[in-house]
Amino acid sequence: MLTVRERWTGIGGSAVALGAILVFIAAAVLALLLFQPASSGGAIFTSYTWNVLRFTLLQAALSTALATGLAIPVALSLARRPHFFGRIWILRLMALPMGLPVLVVSLGLIAVWGRQGIANDLLLTLGLSEPISIYGLSGILLAHIFFNLPLACRLMVASLERLPGEYWKLAASLRLTPLSLFRFIEWPALRQVLPGIAGLIFMLCATSFTIVLVLGGGPAATTLEVAIYQSLRFDFDPPRAIALSLLQIALTGLVLALLGLVKRAEENGTTLAAPSRRFDGWTGTALVWDVVTIAMAVLFLLLPLLAVFMSGLRADLGRLLTSSAFMQAAATSAAIAVASTLLASFVSICIIKGRLAVTDLRDAGKAGRTYRGLLGASSSLVLLVPPVVLGTGWFLLLRPVGDVSCIAPFLVSIINALMALPFVMRVLEPSMQTHHDRTSRLVAGLGISGVWKLWHIDRPVLLKPALLALSFAMALSLGDLGAVALFGSNDFVTLPWLLYSRLSSYRTADADGLALILGVLCLLLTIAGTFERPTERSGHAAG
Amino acid sequence: MRRLTLSLLLAINLAPAAMAQEKTLTIYTYESFTAEWGPGPKVKEGFEKTCACTVNFVSVADGVALLSRLKLERENTEADLVLGLDTNLAAEAKATGLFEAHGLTTPAVDVPGGYSDDVFIPYNYGHFAVVYDTQTMQNPPKSLTELVEGDPAQKIAIQDPRTSTPGLGLLLWVKSVYREDAPAAWEKLRQRVLTVTPGWSEAYGLFTKGEVPMVLSYTTSPAYHMVAEGTDRYQAAPFSEGHYIQIEIAGRVKTSEHKELAQQFLVFMMSPAFQNIIPTTNWMMPAAATSEPLPDAFSRLVKPQKTFLMDPKEVAANRQAWIDEWLTAMSER
Repeated sequence: MLTVRERWTGIGGSAVALGAILVFIAAAVLALLLFQPASSGGAIFTSYTWNVLRFTLLQAALSTALATGLAIPVALSLARRPHFFGRIWILRLMALPMGLPVLVVSLGLIAVWGRQGIANDLLLTLGLSEPISIYGLSGILLAHIFFNLPLACRLMVASLERLPGEYWKLAASLRLTPLSLFRFIEWPALRQVLPGIAGLIFMLCATSFTIVLVLGGGPAATTLEVAIYQSLRFDFDPPRAIALSLLQIALTGLVLALLGLVKRAEENGTTLAAPSRRFDGWTGTALVWDVVTIAMAVLFLLLPLLAVFMSGLRADLGRLLTSSAFMQAAATSAAIAVASTLLASFVSICIIKGRLAVTDLRDAGKAGRTYRGLLGASSSLVLLVPPVVLGTGWFLLLRPVGDVSCIAPFLVSIINALMALPFVMRVLEPSMQTHHDRTSRLVAGLGISGVWKLWHIDRPVLLKPALLALSFAMALSLGDLGAVALFGSNDFVTLPWLLYSRLSSYRTADADGLALILGVLCLLLTIAGTFERPTERSGHAAG
Repeated sequence: MRRLTLSLLLAINLAPAAMAQEKTLTIYTYESFTAEWGPGPKVKEGFEKTCACTVNFVSVADGVALLSRLKLERENTEADLVLGLDTNLAAEAKATGLFEAHGLTTPAVDVPGGYSDDVFIPYNYGHFAVVYDTQTMQNPPKSLTELVEGDPAQKIAIQDPRTSTPGLGLLLWVKSVYREDAPAAWEKLRQRVLTVTPGWSEAYGLFTKGEVPMVLSYTTSPAYHMVAEGTDRYQAAPFSEGHYIQIEIAGRVKTSEHKELAQQFLVFMMSPAFQNIIPTTNWMMPAAATSEPLPDAFSRLVKPQKTFLMDPKEVAANRQAWIDEWLTAMSER
């Protein structure tokens, strides 16, 4: 129940936010379309393009299935054991891969799974004659699982923890078997978030770039994103880039729609929000199963990150940390991360409030449902727009107006915010929805509103998911190289850019050191994101 | 929000504020040129001593990005001078119509392959070469043919010709040696290719991490390891057919307001004052005489017997077709 005024501010705010996103994208696309290239890079729809498209969708589908499928048992085990030593650190560990530049993580993965990696050493001592090679589809899948399993896992754990405690009590008194528990409680909860998670991962994998090139082994394994990048960077043929981008958006969007991954129904029963306590999982087999599952997931995640950390320790960290280049880059990265995170959160909240307001309308009808769907779809499909297209388009638009090096930080912040939007939405929306369902009637009845409501009703419940969303978005922005590459100038250097520049002039030790520093920064962020006051119960915690 | 904007501005506007002098020469270049350890800072200092002007570098990722930036800005560009394209990009750069003849004689310049042009002047060069790890590879290939036909278990990391200049260099190298048999050669070489990376950095990173015993780089790469790290571990393999060359060039921009100053810079670029800086900062071979001898390590580098260099026009005309050919050869199952 919302007041009429709240309803219309919700709908209005979301319309403005949606409009701003669409205008921002459309302006870039239009600028590129109007640009007449000196030469055209030839036909777009060659047989090679179709091969690329097929591979793009194939690897994305496989990656999504594997990452989400493998995340389910891990999430179930983690949710079943809310209080064991080190659990919070496992959740924090899961946010790390996102905040590191993709190349750094790829090198970490190679240290474990590569030809000279730990896995092969082990296999060779076990008597295998030739090293197994991950380059090709298997390498791409491995890296995509590494990046996306933790993401899926965290979102699933959050959804399981949102389940009201009465469920577990009831299950215990009914003596449900683990299978029935899964069937009647856990699976219905997961089924609600699965389409959203799978859709998000599908888009991330479909637009994957560095992983595919480094671990793909050759041009047989490539994505449309590579072709788009090439058409802008090497050929500078904007119309071709736009045509390819549209192909990417349309086809990936179509696949998502066909799989039913774009729209999702989220309904949470209202409850008393009593603290959850789990009564199941105390048999021997369950315990062994959970320990093994969690241990394997941790090993899988930890080893490559450890490899990154270990090689980073060999660098001259003291000199790196005190160099003016580092401090300047750190300040730039921090400013951009903060700006893009705040923007992403603000826009997400506008959109979520809009969606809630439409749901609240009793007579919303078809138009309302369509609008609600449009809000949801566009806030996630934005991931399919290549950042290089946005960057180049806006560069073209703003170039005549002013100095690029002044505009660049703002543009990069906006682009990063757009890329973080789907993540923030995924974390915040279920919590806000549940919170809304639980409290809106009561709040309306008591006439509580404004800052008072924000502080006393919303803050206690939404602080944790909000912190988690903020830390996600910040880590994402910190590790991002994408949009910066185009504007690079001496005055505008971010940490990933600095890392790449060390790497491109033989300074691998420095680059390793910077990777370590970035990793530690992300860890600090995720500690902030999983902040927990000792007295607070974890009833509706978001993981 | 205002405080945020302020800190944003602070973070990005820490550029040197030496705007007091009358003239500023804006040079577009690539990022590793202007890095604190690159040639940029010394070049700036050296030229500013002679010109009563300020040098302002604007840097982008690499030579390819440099050309894209120019295509994007066209006549509105602020560049007075562009430094860091290579001969393979020269024809396309000229086609933008943004460059102007340098109007200089260039007797000082001496590069293998004898590149000479009325618009662009070379400032350094390097030959592409397969660099190998002596700890894991005792018998490196002695020719491109040996590389193509050698043991597929010994891998090499190469770069994608669609996104990087060394990648394009290897493509042209293979084309120069094999001509119409190039696709067949690529189909064989494919067995040895561990992976194709987007740029030089990724491939070289895989190489120095020990994942792959060979990488496509430059004859000058070992010099860095010998001079800066004091190790002989990484060496370039001399190929009997000869090596393809990368010559990096600079040129004046037509729309510049400081054309004379730009010309003055080009003269400075050919002088020992500039050339002395190049070897141990850009890790390439100087394109003109230096007044100081090169470090010892440079005398131990591979000196190619033969240099391949295609006419820039031929490259521009055929690049797309050759890349398509490469794609087909590399992606057939």
